[in-house]
Amino acid sequence: MADKLSWKDMEVGNIVKEAGNASFRKTGDWRTERPILDKEKCIKCALCWIYCPDAAIKPSEDGYYEADLYYCKGCGICARICPAEAITTIEEEEK
Amino acid sequence: MSRRVALEASHAAAEAAKMADVDVISAYPITPQTHIPERLAEMVADGELSAAYIPVESEHSAMSACLGAAAVGARTFTATAGQGLELMHEVVYIASSMRYPVVMTVCNRALSAPLSVWGDHSDAMAVRDTGWIQVFCQNNQEAFDLTLWAFRVGEDPNVLLPVMVHLDGFTLSHVTEPVILPEQSEVDRFLPRFQYPFALNPDKPMTHGAFGPPEIYSETKLAQEVAFRNSKEVVLQGWKEFGDIFGRYYHPVEEYKTENAETLLLTMGSFTETAKIVIDAKRDKGEAIGLISLRLWRPFPFEEFRRTVKGAKILIVFDRCISFGMGGPVFSEVRSALYDEEPRPKVVGIIGGLGGRDMSEEDFEYVIDRGKEIAEKGPEKMLETVGIRG
Repeated sequence: MADKLSWKDMEVGNIVKEAGNASFRKTGDWRTERPILDKEKCIKCALCWIYCPDAAIKPSEDGYYEADLYYCKGCGICARICPAEAITTIEEEEK
Repeated sequence: MSRRVALEASHAAAEAAKMADVDVISAYPITPQTHIPERLAEMVADGELSAAYIPVESEHSAMSACLGAAAVGARTFTATAGQGLELMHEVVYIASSMRYPVVMTVCNRALSAPLSVWGDHSDAMAVRDTGWIQVFCQNNQEAFDLTLWAFRVGEDPNVLLPVMVHLDGFTLSHVTEPVILPEQSEVDRFLPRFQYPFALNPDKPMTHGAFGPPEIYSETKLAQEVAFRNSKEVVLQGWKEFGDIFGRYYHPVEEYKTENAETLLLTMGSFTETAKIVIDAKRDKGEAIGLISLRLWRPFPFEEFRRTVKGAKILIVFDRCISFGMGGPVFSEVRSALYDEEPRPKVVGIIGGLGGRDMSEEDFEYVIDRGKEIAEKGPEKMLETVGIRG
């Protein structure tokens, strides 16, 4: 999208006039590893949700916390912080 | 009623900032600073001026604080000189690229080493590419006038660019001359309140200073350059409005006795007034000589400059700076601006007045005589200079 804009489309001083438009950006494609949740080990403590620097982990209706892979950059902080070792990361190439 | 008072240029610039009713002043108040922030600090402390005065730990911080103030829509002012401008350099670019209309007076000084606080144009030339509108003053009245005018132009919604007002260190900044101070009501008529259209506001969040990936950086820079060049229209409009209210009219290229001049001398800043005395003497002797002074340095006034020198046979450019390995920066720019013109004068450059070295009438006489000689015979030396011991 941005690579189609002309110089005439540029905002004065590159100001971004809308708040929250980072959500349009698919940061999930930066990922080289993705988190996998083992629901049998998960104690639903929500620490992964608190620590995720991109707010990419969301509570589900059944009380678990799962990564939204559209945004998750695969930093692995959730796996490191999980006290129950319920989150592991695997290479994107692995199934 | 306007008042005629004796002021040094530094205090004249401070008066202009005060009459512009600035909201925020941020400055590093130690060497190489001038009396501008000192006087403004007094005004704020004495209650003469209601503004936030932010003393910071360096010029880098001074300009950074100015950007923050401008981002919320404050009328913002700072001043610096020489080394201070160098330390500020990184943030000077950011001000123009983020389109914050900060006004800054620079009391032009040499750059170290050797350690020097004395005047020349090295500091100004080091920031020529930073995207600030830049003008040069010849005397103390102009220090007042152009500082006031700078707010009018920079803050115009069609401009939104920072403005740098150059005045010569010591020969203007510390020298007292009569200055006409206008009525506050006249100033208010000339200068509307600053209405920054993109002021940061918690009720309407937006992002200033986001990063620019390769997909948009080039387009951004082109947009900035177009806006910068287009600002000249408001520069001229601002000078017209200023003249209509205060009676003093300014021009991108100031002319003195240029009519039928075969030889033109080009100077910038306060030394122009010394050069005028020499022009008078040579005109009295029947020499077809005139003087031009670049008032507007950026955006470069191509059109006005070419029109002014059209018809002259020789143009002698006096520089107070060395671009190492290249020569005089004004000389090389001016010569480049004339390259496509036909016919065009022979352009020669002479460098002098560095680091506080004075330029006497005799020195300017030499500049003119030697300049004509070089134009005739061609350059004989790597660098032509005046007043530098051989």
